[in-house]
Parts: sequence; structure tokens; C-alpha cells
Amino acid sequence: MQKKVISALLAISFLTFGFEANALPQKSETQSDSEKIQHLLNRITFGKTYSDIGLVSKMGIENYIKSQLHPQDLVVSEDLIELSKAEALQASPSQLFIKYGRPAIKAAVQNQNQNQNQNQSLKGNKAKVTEQNKKQFNKIAREANQVIYGDTALNRIARAVESPRQLEEVMTDFWFNHFNVSSDKGLDKIWIGAYEEKAIRPYVLGRFRDLLGATAHHAAMLFYLDNWQNSAPQAVEQNIQANNKKKNNKGINENYARELMELHTLGVDGGYTQKDVTELARVLTGLGTPNRGSMMGKLNRQMKNAVDRNPSMKNRFVRNYGQFVSADMLPGDSMLGSYFDERRHDFGNKVIMKVTIKGEGEKEIEQVLDLLAKHPSTAKHISYKLAQYFVCDKPPQSLVENLSQIYLKSDGNIATVLDALFHSNEFWDVKNQNAKFKSPYRFLISTLRATDTRVEDVQPAVNYLRQAGMPLYKCLTPDGYKNTQEAWLNPDNLVNRLNFVTAFSSGRLKGMQPQIKEPELIAYSIPGKLSEKTSNAIKKAPPAMQMPLLLGSPEFMKY
Amino acid sequence: MNRREFLKSAALASCSLMAPGMEAWALESKSAMKSGSKLVVVFLRGAIDGLSVLPPIADSRYYSLRPRIAIPGSQSENGALYLDGHFGMHPALAPIMPLWKSKKLAFVLNAGSPNPTRSHFDAQDYMESGVPGSKSVSTGWLNRLLSQLPTNDSPVRAINIGATTPRILSGPVAVATYAPTAKRRMAPLDQPQVSAAFSDMYSGRNDILGKTFEQGMAARGEFNQAFENSAMQEMVAADGGALPANKFNGFGRQLGRLMKEEPKVQVAFLALGGFDTHVNQGASQGQLSNQLSTVAKGLSELTAALDTAFNNTMIVVVSEFGRTVKENGNGGTDHGHGNLIWLMGNRVNGGKLYGNWSGLDQNSLFEGRDLPVMTDFRNVLASGIGNHMGLAAKQKEIVFPGYQPNDKTVTGIFA
Repeated sequence: MQKKVISALLAISFLTFGFEANALPQKSETQSDSEKIQHLLNRITFGKTYSDIGLVSKMGIENYIKSQLHPQDLVVSEDLIELSKAEALQASPSQLFIKYGRPAIKAAVQNQNQNQNQNQSLKGNKAKVTEQNKKQFNKIAREANQVIYGDTALNRIARAVESPRQLEEVMTDFWFNHFNVSSDKGLDKIWIGAYEEKAIRPYVLGRFRDLLGATAHHAAMLFYLDNWQNSAPQAVEQNIQANNKKKNNKGINENYARELMELHTLGVDGGYTQKDVTELARVLTGLGTPNRGSMMGKLNRQMKNAVDRNPSMKNRFVRNYGQFVSADMLPGDSMLGSYFDERRHDFGNKVIMKVTIKGEGEKEIEQVLDLLAKHPSTAKHISYKLAQYFVCDKPPQSLVENLSQIYLKSDGNIATVLDALFHSNEFWDVKNQNAKFKSPYRFLISTLRATDTRVEDVQPAVNYLRQAGMPLYKCLTPDGYKNTQEAWLNPDNLVNRLNFVTAFSSGRLKGMQPQIKEPELIAYSIPGKLSEKTSNAIKKAPPAMQMPLLLGSPEFMKY
Repeated sequence: MNRREFLKSAALASCSLMAPGMEAWALESKSAMKSGSKLVVVFLRGAIDGLSVLPPIADSRYYSLRPRIAIPGSQSENGALYLDGHFGMHPALAPIMPLWKSKKLAFVLNAGSPNPTRSHFDAQDYMESGVPGSKSVSTGWLNRLLSQLPTNDSPVRAINIGATTPRILSGPVAVATYAPTAKRRMAPLDQPQVSAAFSDMYSGRNDILGKTFEQGMAARGEFNQAFENSAMQEMVAADGGALPANKFNGFGRQLGRLMKEEPKVQVAFLALGGFDTHVNQGASQGQLSNQLSTVAKGLSELTAALDTAFNNTMIVVVSEFGRTVKENGNGGTDHGHGNLIWLMGNRVNGGKLYGNWSGLDQNSLFEGRDLPVMTDFRNVLASGIGNHMGLAAKQKEIVFPGYQPNDKTVTGIFA
């Protein structure tokens, strides 16, 4: 945002709240429009800015809600579109595996060695050669992972800060945590961006069933919750008889089945039993990823042929490995990366929550996802989480009930449920306003929005989130990060925030330079009214401390 | 006000943080309180496989149920360490063997939560709230325990190693969290003009943010002071809030040192992750073995660093539930039920196993697949920790509401 525009906006004096707002007389019963706009922006964006305030004042609350729920007409900048074109987000899991998986990195190590004869001095010392290779392997893998993680994180943060489709960004955070996978687990390191872009983002305001289906068929989820190993016991028997060496990786694994019911759909008190979990696991047998083990030989042969044809290929690196082989070689869902292996499927009948599922193979999976998505317990579980996220930490039962009904009536249409939520009395209840405590992620994004910061280097943001105990894409447990005050308000975390905003305000964080530094302008982004104590402390402070004090004020911690 | 003065006043402010009504209890119990008793709780998140910690090496069923992941008997190379003939100890736990031999380490068999859930989150929740089966209890039992201890004006009377306050410590008593980060550089708040400006804005607010700020600044001061001369560099950065087991080494030393140097620390909590071994668990060597080895090293370093403070410290190691008796198809184990509770301390009557042993016969297993729970975890905690920390019966009931301890299976475990 240009400074000139800022001044022009400032000149529009109907925006009276902000820095000096505490001087205004307190409104009683009915809230003023500006207070309402303030609350709406606090909750459905990652932090209001004065330009948002101007926008909503002009178009009206109703139209603004509508445009955020159906954001296809809101124009996303070329810059952001460019970021989202990163390979880490757009390539399929199979393509990413071919390029950054073990075989590719192994081949890169071989290439390096052949070209540089690095290991000559170690000749004859097999252990040392192995150790050396391992080091090289780790280095190349680390570099590749850093690129993928960096591109994915930059895309996420820049969009959360800059996109006009704010609700879409908010819901991306919400649903990612709901269907959490961790980039700290094995192959999810290279699949994390593809997962967010293809399994979460397209559906965040769509139908819950589509979101559920996409996550259930994404390689990142199937790997994270071990379902790629989930096989019918009969298949294990056959394998052992056939003396198949791969027998190590077979058998029922109920990890995904359990979380699918407990976390993704029904909720822990959703009325299912251990038996239901086991039965669901049987339905999910065979749903995994294409067999990468048997692929390796195939890929390496292709690689060798290519090098034989053209020796100059030898010094090519991991990044070029993908050009020798094609993701089309892999069976299964080419976008999401799942593969249903019917040889590993349990074709017996199953009974899940009293419903009989006939053993018919892949179809069963869609049948149970339908069953789960439209179950009243799922409606309640999702409604509770949305109400907690948008209204208050302990949402009233009545609101949850109402939203559940709308969920069921609309066949799990997320935008419809949210529309009802944004029009509920509970959402507008004054006692719920400015009462949520920001998670570290929201605190970070709102700080960047308040200062119109264009993130060039995502590292400082990633570092802050790690220190704050909310490392991006690295929540280890499948329940995702919480968004309650209880989870995030603690002494160390608060001190961390103050350190962060002080360093940030001083311009010390490379690649994350605030464009707005004037306290009077930042004040437009304070969620509520500044208390007298806060404004006095800021007025009294040396000029260099005013910006960090505002961003570190108790009022800015809430929303 | 300079930084020191500020810290002092903040520390004083934090004494008023006890929940109303708690003070009376604390005063009443003061005389009974064993002075300087300390407690360290280590939570192994993800459900550690107890049958690998103490393998029942004399039971042939153990080997037939776990053909790929059983720990071989004591006579084999890399086999279990000798414990009592029936049970062995995982070879990776060698660093804590001296504690067993000096009778300062005990295990309770078939222990756990009476609630049968196999969900990590629920089971951890119950074990941390101390009220299995109820979701309405918002405080953790360790915080309720703190409310029953005599208050001291130290901002570090309760320490949480990690970035966020865990369920077990949530509640009205202030807890200092210490997030493992890389080398602690000079932070903005260490500059007097910065801390003064923020103090001006935050102190004296009668709300939770104001109090949290005061606690944060006070704890920061204490930590900075306590670690000033010790080797901070050893505190290697752990990635993220959850502390992987293999970063525990340095912490055993650091935590022990802090507890020794700062006598006002009453309770410390540490959670380690990475025990959910569904796949390729390994046996004497492998994934779980690596984790166990770092846990054992950490614990042994902790006891060594506590030095004389070990005399009045008790260390308890718990995990939310055990794992299936039979190995699964992936060379791992799935979520089970009963598990072990480990206890270390000078007042522990160690070198012995407590609790009843179910055996591995199909008929004696819970739901035909898991070790049953025969000793409620609250039994071990209420009778053990309660006695160690000098709690009266009424106070135990506040820590574990609605629970009547019945120490039959753990009689004599605490000297």
C-alpha cells in the first residue's frame, strides 16, 4: 500500500475509533456500525487494516460477508499467484517423490561421487564410504526439503497477510489443523505443500464431504496416519505363503481409521466403539500410495539408460532426476497420490455403527465417507469447532445445536454453516467481542497485516512460530493446534511476543520489513479500544518504543 | 526501577496468584510438609511399549506373540539386562541400571487409567487432568498439587519444559515455562528501556494478561540468573515445542542443575514424544531402542545433576497407555491399555517390582489383546507422591477428586 493512499484514507474522518478511541463516549445497548465492522473484521480476517475498514464501510456488512463466503470474484494479486505456482504446491505427490524421494537422492549421491571422485581417498574403507554417502545423502535431502518447506511456508504466510480473500485464508488455517499432517514425518516433508494446495484449499468453503474425500485420498494423509500399510490379514497370509519379502509391511493398521472417526468426523464422543474402529480399518485396507519399493528399480533403470545415452547427464543433480522418469508411470490418483490396491483389501462384509457395508472394494470407502460426513455427530463436532474458532472458547450449546441443524440440512455445506454462524446472536454478542486470545499464528499474521508488511523472506516468521511453540506445518499430533486462550496464554509465550514485535519494529528481521510504522496508523488495526493505561504508557514511551508497545499491547493480543 | 528491582516486585506479585480459598489449606498443611520435597514428572507421549521396557523374558508366550520385536533373554548377546529372572530390562536402559541396583528405582506393573480409551488425546487428557472419564475438569492434577504445597515467592516453583503449558499444569497456580531454544541471545526485553516500557504498560493491570506478563518477566530473570554461569550452549535447540526424546540429554543436566541451585523449585514437568511405534518398532536395537537410550541417559544425568537434591526428589515416568501385546503386521504395536509406571528417588523402596502381573495368557488380557490395568495410576500418584510431598488425606482428594486411594498393590513402595 502506498503512503499516499494511507493519508487519503486517514483523511476520511468517519473512522473515529483507534488510537484515541478511549476518549469516545461508551455506546450502550446497540452497537455502532463501526464497532460491528470492527468485530466482523477481527473474526473473519487475520486482522483488520484501515483499508478493510474503509471497504466494509462502503459496501456494507452483508455484502462483505457474502463476498468473503464466495470469494471467486475477489482479485488475488499477480505476486501471490506467482508464489502459488511453486512446484512444492503444484506437483503431484508422485512427481515430488520421483524428484525428491530416496531413489532420486541416492542417484544424485552416485552422480556426485562419480564426477568428483570424492571417495578415492577412502577406497577400501567400506564403512567410511557408507558414512560419507550417508552424509551426502542427508545434505541433498535437507536442501531439497528446505526448498519445499520454504516455498510452502512463504505461500501460506504471504497469502494469509495479503490476500483479499481473507476468510479463505482463515479457513485454510482452520481446516489444515482439523486435518493435520506433520511435515516432520518422513515423506510428508516433501508432500506438505501439495497436500495444502490440492486437498485442503480448494474445499475450505465448499462441502465437508469433498474436503473429507480429498484428505482421505491424499498421499500425505495416508502416509501420516499409516494407512498405506493397512492390509487385510488374509493378504498377509498369502504373502507369507508366497514367501514375499515385503511381508513386513502388511496387516491391519487402525491408526487412520481411529482418527478419521475421532478427529476428522464423529468426534471422540460421537458414539462409535472400538469394534467400529476395527471395522472401518478393514474398509480402508488397501488404500495407500503406489508401491514405491518396486518403483525404485524401474526408476533407476530409466535413469541409467538416460545417462548411458548422454554421459553429460551424470553431473546433473537431484533436481533434474525427474526429467528421466514420468509420474504417469505410477498408478492411482494422479493429483492426490493415492492408490487403491485391491490385492491388499479385505473383501469381507463390515458393520460400522450398525450399517452393513458390503465387501465390494474401493466403493466401500466412498460409502463410509458418505456415512461419516452426514452423521449427526459429525455435524455437531464440526459445528462445535467452528463456533469455538469464531465465537468463543466455550461456545454455547444452543449455537452448536443450531449450526448442526444447518450443517445437516445443507448436506455439510461449509459456507452455508458459516453464513448462519456470522448471523447468529452469539457471534454478535458483545461479551464475545475482543474476548478471544490470538494464537501465535494469528498474532504473527495480524502484526504483518497491521504494518502492511510484504514478506520477502519467510525465515523470521517461521522462527517466531517455532519459538512460540506453534511451528508451521509441524504439529506432531493429528489433532492439530488448538485455538483457545488456555492453550496459548502463558508467561513465556507472552514474553516471546514482546521480544518478537520489538525486534520486528526495529527493522531487524531480514526480509520482513514493516511498511507502516506510524502508531496512529497501526492503531487502526487494534482489535478493540485501547485502555487508558495502554495509551498513556504509549504516549509516555520514547518514540522508538511506541510501535512495539502497540503491537505488544494487551489489546492487540485479543480479537 | 532497574531490572533487578522490577523482577523482585514481580516475584512478590506472583505470590498472590493462588486461587482464593487455597491459602488456608497450604497453611494448615505446612507443618506436615516435608521440607524441600521436589517432584519431577516425565510424560512419555505416544504410549511407550512397556513390554519392551521390562520384557517378560521367562514367558514363552512373549516370544510367540512378538516374533520380530521381542527382546531376547539375558543370556543372548544384546539381550535384556538381568532384573529378577522373570522380567528383564531393555538393554538401552543400561544407564538407569545403577539406580535399580542401589534400590532407588521401582516399577509398577499393569498400571494405568481405568478408562479404556485408546485415543492418545483422551488418555493423555485423563492422565493429566487426573480425573479419567470426565472432560469437565479444567485444571491439571499437577497444578492442583501445587495449590496444596506451601507457597514460596519463587516464580519458578513450578517449571514446565516446553513452549506451551500442558494440561497437567493448567490451573490457577502460575507456572514458569521454559522453552528449549537455541543459544539464548540477548533478547530485546533484556534491555532496560524495553522492559521498562512494557512494564509500564502491563504491570498493575488486574487481569490475566497483566499477571502473565509479571510471571513471564520474573521467571525470565530467574532463568537468566540460574543459567548465567552454566553451559547454556549445551541446550541444543529442539525443533518446535514438542521435545523429541533424543534432545533430552542436555535437559537432564540442565534441569537437575537448576533444581539443585534453586531450592524453591517444587515441581518440574517434561514431556517427550516419539513413542507411538506402530511401524518398525525394533527390538534390542532400532527405533524404540534409540528413544529408550536417550530417555535413560537423560534420567541418569538428571539424577546425577540433582546431586544432593536427589535426596528429596522423586521422579515419576508415565505414559498414557500401553501397547498391544501382539506385534502388528508392520513390525510395530498398536494402542493398548495397561503399562508401567516408573519411580525413582531416594525415598523409593526400589530394586523391586510392584503391582500385580497379569501374565500374557489370552484369558487374562484386556479385551483379549492388551495388558489389563490392575493398579490405577492415581493410586501410585496419590499414595506415593502424596506421601512424598507430605499431603494430608483431604488434600489428596483435592488433587484427585472423587478418588479413594487404595495402596494394596503398592504397599511399601515409599520408604
